[in-house]
Amino acid sequence: MSFPFLLEIGAEEIPDWMIVPALNQLQDNFQSLLDQHSLGGKVIAADATPRRLVIKCNGLLERQPDTEELVSGPPKSAGPGAAAGFAKKQGATLDQLITQTTPKGEYYFLTKRTQGQPTADILARELPHLILKIAWPKTMVWNGKGTERFIRPVRWLVASFFQNTIPFRIADVESSHFTSGHRILGHARIPVTIDNFDQQLLANGVILSAETRRLKIETEVTTLLEGKNLRVKPDPDLLHTLTYITEFPTPILGSFDPQYLELPSEILTTVMRHHQKYFSVEDAAGNLAPNFIAVMNTNADPDGLVRHGNERVLRARFNDARFFWAQDQKKKLEDRVDDLKNVTFQAKVGSYYDKTQRVSQLVTQLGGNPRAALLAKTDLTTDMVKEFTDLQGVVGGLYAKAQDEPEPVWRAIYDHYKPLSMDGEIPSTAEGKLLSLADKWDTLVSCFAAGLAPTGSKDPFALRRAAQGVVRIIVEGKITFTFPGTTPELSEFMRDRTEYYFRDVRGFSYDEVRACMAAGWQDLLDLEGRLKRVQAIRPTPDFEPIAASFKRIKNILKQASFYNAGPLDTALLEDGPERDLYHQIRRTQGEPLESRIGPLRPKIDLFFDKVLVNAPDTKVRLNRLTLLQNLLTEFSTIADFSEIVTER
Amino acid sequence: MTTASPTFQDTVFALKKYWSDRGCIITEPYDVEVGAGTMAPETFLRVLGPEPYRVAYVQPSRRPADGRYGENPNRLYKHQQLQVILKPSPADVIDQYLGSLAAIGIDLSKHDIKFEEDNWEAPTLGAWGIGWQVMLDGLEITQFTYFQQCGGFDLDLVPAELTYGLERLCAFLQNVDSVYDIEWTRGVSGQPAVKYSQVRFQDELQFSKYNFELADVPMLWQLFDLHEKECNRLLAMMAPVVLPAYDQVLKCSHIFNLLDSRGAISVTERVGVIARVRKLALGVAKAWMKSNSPVEVVDEVVA
Repeated sequence: MSFPFLLEIGAEEIPDWMIVPALNQLQDNFQSLLDQHSLGGKVIAADATPRRLVIKCNGLLERQPDTEELVSGPPKSAGPGAAAGFAKKQGATLDQLITQTTPKGEYYFLTKRTQGQPTADILARELPHLILKIAWPKTMVWNGKGTERFIRPVRWLVASFFQNTIPFRIADVESSHFTSGHRILGHARIPVTIDNFDQQLLANGVILSAETRRLKIETEVTTLLEGKNLRVKPDPDLLHTLTYITEFPTPILGSFDPQYLELPSEILTTVMRHHQKYFSVEDAAGNLAPNFIAVMNTNADPDGLVRHGNERVLRARFNDARFFWAQDQKKKLEDRVDDLKNVTFQAKVGSYYDKTQRVSQLVTQLGGNPRAALLAKTDLTTDMVKEFTDLQGVVGGLYAKAQDEPEPVWRAIYDHYKPLSMDGEIPSTAEGKLLSLADKWDTLVSCFAAGLAPTGSKDPFALRRAAQGVVRIIVEGKITFTFPGTTPELSEFMRDRTEYYFRDVRGFSYDEVRACMAAGWQDLLDLEGRLKRVQAIRPTPDFEPIAASFKRIKNILKQASFYNAGPLDTALLEDGPERDLYHQIRRTQGEPLESRIGPLRPKIDLFFDKVLVNAPDTKVRLNRLTLLQNLLTEFSTIADFSEIVTER
Repeated sequence: MTTASPTFQDTVFALKKYWSDRGCIITEPYDVEVGAGTMAPETFLRVLGPEPYRVAYVQPSRRPADGRYGENPNRLYKHQQLQVILKPSPADVIDQYLGSLAAIGIDLSKHDIKFEEDNWEAPTLGAWGIGWQVMLDGLEITQFTYFQQCGGFDLDLVPAELTYGLERLCAFLQNVDSVYDIEWTRGVSGQPAVKYSQVRFQDELQFSKYNFELADVPMLWQLFDLHEKECNRLLAMMAPVVLPAYDQVLKCSHIFNLLDSRGAISVTERVGVIARVRKLALGVAKAWMKSNSPVEVVDEVVA
């Protein structure tokens, strides 16, 4: 016989973005608990709303299987006294012992049987730990100092094993078979069984399945817009948030006065998305429509009060934005440069004014647009950016445009925080690329100089992201950049980021990246070129054998502690494989690697087959080492091939 | 606007009554300038220590830099918060809170209510908590916080703090777009209704002018130094008088805000001045904990 199990942790509203990771942990930890205690069973479902984490299992045994273990006792030669002592210690009697012959002689043994514990007992003991063990980004106490910590107060617990409740408690909450419904649509104390759990929740205004909630939002949004020639602007992150901030999501369509469309769509969209969690709506041509979609956490808006309320809030927000826009235009960006003296970039590094000076200088050196650099940070002093911080840069760009700055200037400002993420786009114009690059590089140089390098997983100034941006702009924007003002520490940091970029973002295999970077990495464009070449010749049949030979050469040189090759004495070369190898190298000098490898491979193989590098004559030996050293050096300008992982 | 919607003062009365019925002491606003209801001693000091406490009060909250000369319909130099402290927080605290919304005429079956993550932190007070902003039809109407630490101390009991933004809430209830159009009172016996603007507009106008343009910066610096000195003097005494010392902290905090709105605090100074206020606040919290610890109470009884 095997039985189902259901666990529901009822809590006050859990932040949406933490729910899925927590649920995954709970599911994994519970499965390990079952496995570790041999309880049988599998977690078959895990789901959550903001107020509950639920896992369902089936196939649990009623109790652990009994176990048998053979415990070895004293040797038979130790006599019956020792055996009696052993039996007593094990809680057994002398006649329960058996003797067995082992390689060391004849020994006493006891077959110890342990009765399996009831599953219910194990669960009752382990569940509190299991639940409190979930790692959250930030936890709280709710019963006072030193009490249990969880993400939000735990308010009810359902733990049903077949038809019984597994008794346990967390803080002042005891497990039961009562769940709690939607705050408005449901009852607070609903008896449930494993079989009717989902239906009972649904009857009380809770859609347990996140997938169903997501689908409900998507379908109903489509219905709302049907026949209106409008479509929702897709936003998967927002959809995820709304799925996990509701127990019964219902979208509604609202509208706003078209006069607000005079404001840039970036600003309208940001207000709707970040401040109100609304989807934007656009017409067939992709223009922002004077509509929005809000997702309620309830089943209907019978009197239109919710729509009306949301429209009212949005109007106030848009009014604010329009007010900020008008207010901000009273002082041009160019008149705000001095105000940056009062805006801290970083306490140890100085103000944004100082940063502007440095970035302008760097942009000029790089051949970028100094006007864009001068104005880039001035939007930090505007009311609009103080209110909508996500729009830094974008607002500056829009204002510069409104203030008749030339397009290269305003576009560069608009784009200069890009790329915002690993797969976000880089600035579109040359001026934008150089400004973004200079800004990020300055951040890195100045923060490293002030001792603010990231440590471990801590990176409060987002320097990894800045470095990643630098690498991407250089490589994808094809910019020649030599990391001016770098230090050994920063150089190492950039090396790491470069390796990460080519390996994890671009998908080059790790040994190719390591091999090519060993031959120099600071010219990123050159590095990219070499990586592509190595990647292309890697599948050719001669490549891996050659790589293996280079590894061998490197080992030989290392064992001989041979690093400084003098000039090669051709007179000392032995006719045959050695001289052939030499000629092959000479003959193809200057040719691309791709065409040299094929003919070279048999020569190298033959050399190692027939020639004794470790010749008795010191002069000959050193000369041979020199030959190998030259060969290695010549090919190592592309990559250090000894880093390539080969089968041989 | 429907005639059924409660006036500003009706809303205040209803909330006070509601929380009074749930065991709260109802006090009048603290009479020293504060930036938020949290800073009043009824919250800052009372949340410390093991004594249960329940209190509710309206707290006018002055934020000089938020002034808009009465021109912005939603932003005020001085807004009013209804502050509720439930220490320790009861298990049904959210239900009680939802009940308070019903008490001011909000039929939750016709509205959309959400609890969105919003943790609160006030470094100047050495205080932080975990909680939400409560959204009603997309409008933030309440800040809900489980205090975790205050004055640098882990709290013995965890209080729930509910802060209602009264102007927003009333504008919502009365369905007006500007806080200045809120009906403060409807007027009895043929007297005309009184609007929020009639009561408060001049404050906004005049204090915006003062806060942004007129406040005497050197004098403010002097006052800051004086209040700081006085606070330190009180805290240095053998048996410090904590409440007067805390008033000095509030004075310093408000003067700091004024200096800030006058643009008189440079970047480099800013961190330092905040640290000075914080040091005073932590000192007061420590003195309060000492003077209210059970051990000392026992000593007094014995003596």
